[in-house]
Amino acid sequence: MIALPAPKPEILARRDAILADLARLLPADSVIGETLRLRPYETDGLAAYRQIPLAVVLPRTTAEVAAVLRYCHANGIRVVPRGAGTSLSGGALPLADAVVIGLMRMNTIREINYEDRYAIVGAGVTNIGITKAVEGDGFFYAPDPSSQLACMIGGNVMMNSGGAHCLKYGVTANNLLGVTFVTIEGEVIEIGGTHLDAAGYDWLGLITGSEGQLGLVTEVTVRILRGPEGARAMLAAFSSVEIAGAAVDAIIGSGIIPVALEFMDRPCIHACEAFAHAGYPLDAEAMLIIEVEGSVAEQDMLLDRIRGICAKFDPISMKVAESAEQSAAIWKGRKGAFGAVGRISPDYLCMDGTIPTGELPHVLKRISEMSAQYGLGVANVFHAGDGNLHPLIMFDANDPDSFRRAEAFGADILKLCVEVGGCLTGEHGVGVEKRDLMTTQFTRAELTLQRAIKSAFDPEWLLNTAKVFPLDDNPKIAA
Amino acid sequence: MQTNFTAEQLRDPDTAESNRILRTCVHCGMCTATCPTFLLLGDELDSPRGRIYLIKDMLESGRPASELEVRHVDRCLSCLSCMTTCPSGVNYMHLVDHARTYIEETYKRPWPERMLRGVLARVLPSPKLFRLSLKAAALARPLEPAIPGQSMLAQRLRGMLALAPKALPAPDPMQEAQVHPAEGERRGRVGLLTGCAQKVLNPEINAATIRLLTRMGIEVVITPGQGCCGALTHHMGQHERAMAAARANIRAWSAEIEGQGLDAIVVNASGCGTTLKDYGFMFREEPDAEDAARVAGLAMDITEVLEKFAYAPTRDEPAMTVAYHSACSLQHGQKITALPKQLLARAGFKVKEPAEGHICCGSAGTYNILQPAIAGQLRTRKLENIRRTKADVIAAGNIGCMTQLAGDAMPVVHTVQLLDWMAGGPRPEGLDGIG
Ligand SMILES: Cc1cc2nc3c(=O)[nH]c(=O)nc-3n(C[C@H](O)[C@H](O)[C@H](O)COP(=O)(O)OP(=O)(O)OC[C@H]3O[C@@H](n4cnc5c(N)ncnc54)[C@H](O)[C@@H]3O)c2cc1C
Ligand code: SF4
Ligand code: SF4
Repeated sequence: MIALPAPKPEILARRDAILADLARLLPADSVIGETLRLRPYETDGLAAYRQIPLAVVLPRTTAEVAAVLRYCHANGIRVVPRGAGTSLSGGALPLADAVVIGLMRMNTIREINYEDRYAIVGAGVTNIGITKAVEGDGFFYAPDPSSQLACMIGGNVMMNSGGAHCLKYGVTANNLLGVTFVTIEGEVIEIGGTHLDAAGYDWLGLITGSEGQLGLVTEVTVRILRGPEGARAMLAAFSSVEIAGAAVDAIIGSGIIPVALEFMDRPCIHACEAFAHAGYPLDAEAMLIIEVEGSVAEQDMLLDRIRGICAKFDPISMKVAESAEQSAAIWKGRKGAFGAVGRISPDYLCMDGTIPTGELPHVLKRISEMSAQYGLGVANVFHAGDGNLHPLIMFDANDPDSFRRAEAFGADILKLCVEVGGCLTGEHGVGVEKRDLMTTQFTRAELTLQRAIKSAFDPEWLLNTAKVFPLDDNPKIAA
Repeated sequence: MQTNFTAEQLRDPDTAESNRILRTCVHCGMCTATCPTFLLLGDELDSPRGRIYLIKDMLESGRPASELEVRHVDRCLSCLSCMTTCPSGVNYMHLVDHARTYIEETYKRPWPERMLRGVLARVLPSPKLFRLSLKAAALARPLEPAIPGQSMLAQRLRGMLALAPKALPAPDPMQEAQVHPAEGERRGRVGLLTGCAQKVLNPEINAATIRLLTRMGIEVVITPGQGCCGALTHHMGQHERAMAAARANIRAWSAEIEGQGLDAIVVNASGCGTTLKDYGFMFREEPDAEDAARVAGLAMDITEVLEKFAYAPTRDEPAMTVAYHSACSLQHGQKITALPKQLLARAGFKVKEPAEGHICCGSAGTYNILQPAIAGQLRTRKLENIRRTKADVIAAGNIGCMTQLAGDAMPVVHTVQLLDWMAGGPRPEGLDGIG
């Protein structure tokens, strides 16, 4: 179990007064203080870690957010920002002495501009909500995390989220134009604008992926794109995980960039098929979902080439979607993959490392060996095209020993990723989960520099304390 | 998700079932954004994942329910949108049903609330009492704008009076217990659930069902002894009352099944259909479990029956565009999504589906009476989306939705009324001058 900083006793002691103050700053229905009602806020997508916060506030405007931050800053109260609470690294895990600021009520779309191709939306608008608002006019918002139905754009900015189609369109950072940023002092700053490459330092680059460490985002300007002429997905089934991994490397190595290239192994294929009824190959050990875009002729040409490459790896079957409905079902299964694993295991830990695609066969083999060694099942589903792994370690939270083994297994996988020249996190962020592994990726000097940046924005370390950086040798936090 | 029940608690079959359901939830949060109340209220506590957590905590602790939990569970529409979204297969319906019963047993509601619920639970399932009270409501209707204040009670009173129809149709003797023989060669024999409130509010739905089925060569049996399906009281947590209503139906249909036999039990109010199809689960610990499962297995929505017996239109295509409103109980509860639209298209209608089709209209059984503010917002949102389709008429497969959506510019009919019309039945009322 991960250590959390000791709560400040003076804050806990003033709990009632703080709640009363908050209730003066915000409408009554925006402040939650009863333990019973705080409990559902005690965790996020990483449900193994839980902590009831001091209070939850649900502001509706930037001004309300600023007022709460100003108050918390003046009173030395820690703050944990929260979007939809789908973080898989425990990014939105509360602290006992912290006020959780939930941004889900800031869910309106302020402006859509098709001429200059941008949309200005509240931080609480869901990822899919942006696409839904513009798709009638032939546009879409490109980054598509599998959680896109639920996760919010503010959370996406803070985690620099990616998704299946980021292979072609890039991650959140590549599709972001500006944000309304509120500092811990309650100052509101407009960063970026409505076009790429604003003058001066790249503040936007610094804030993207900062995991709620530097300030809060209340409004986001994103780039919207005109939808492709058409798209088609195909399924390729293989007789082993390693062979499918080699096929991925061959496709990427050929110079073709499909819009999406996703990998699933047997347990995942079965769980997702039970949810989506997409016609996944149940006899395969591993399967690739490959999607191409463009005119019909272009799609045919690309699919032909990809089929040719896959054919060299003795596929069990290959199937191209014949209709938009079939494509939709294929993606429904893939996007529901994590949840679907809930059908075969009561709990899972979702890992998120990145490796060079050439290392796929080796890493997958090592993961299955570790699975035997730890005595825990693992389901593999990931964005294969960019080497972003998501092994789902299956465990039983009602059995504390199985949870301990799952954590150790997970740490080993991530260390392996770094060992083969990859990275601790692909897109889910460091959060609380990977905090203590940061030292395997970064040197002491690098971490000190990163901490100095955090201190420049938040000298008292009130913002999302306990995340991203190891707790030790940090004078601002008593563990 | 981790749970903390004692072995003692798990000996109770309902708790054991809830534990099983909770353990399938992985807390991924996918369900939140497709929940109508989360959409409107923006609070995790009013989302499926939040409610699941509240319910888990309440059941684990074994303490009596408090106003805090009740508030958020009461706001749940039981629309089951979360079940369609959930990749993990969490059976939220059975969990929230258990929570509602638990609340009813351990929480004492303030008296006006108790009284209202008591009245609803007694009146709605009884066509006789319901008819009487609607007549009274019609008399009181002019008072509606005069009810002062924004208190829950005032809102509810105004809401109830607004929902009451201006003119009440006469009772239809065709819907009393009897057998309607098939026209021509008999191709099948089905039981029909004539329902409770629907029969009073809009007897045309059953009439159209009987006409259409018999014309298709299907004998329609209205068994004596059947009544309300139990859904209304079930959703209010009144377990015993719901079980009694369901048991009466199971007895009635079992006699029929063992007699001349039934190919299906037809339901044309999808809210009831969802409950009928769940009889097997509701009675799993009862002596009549087998009968209940058999009845549940035969229960079919009218559209399923029409498909089974190859519905075919006989009239020329009407030049009419239909906005198909997918009732939650049909699309989320029974997972019937494409079929009604396919049948309407086969009948020659141009079918449009409004945006946000997965979001509830706010009717949800007695919800529009008990939670008028949220129900009103959902109605407005739904009607706006429907208007944007520029259709001529709204079709839905559930009386609750039909009542909720009535009163706007667009006429509302039941899907089966349109299908009956195109297969030789009369033009549904309210459609004159269209198409
Ligand atoms: C089933 C499932 C599938 C997923 N698939 C993907 C995937 O394909 N790709 C991917 O990249 N991620 C994925 N994720 C992870 C997660 O959805 C993303 O990290 C997402 O961006 C989190 O958004 P959220 O709104 O839920 O934010 P939260 O989880 O609430 O918060 C995330 C972090 O951002 C901070 N934060 C949130 N909002 C703000 C704000 N407005 N201002 C400042 N800080 C803020 C929080 O403190 C926290 O540190 C998945 C998660 C689940 C459960
Ligand atoms: S989608 Fe299913 S598994 Fe995920 S939080 Fe909701 S109920 Fe639980
Ligand atoms: S049943 Fe409907 S209202 Fe209730 S939690 Fe599920 S989605 Fe929300």
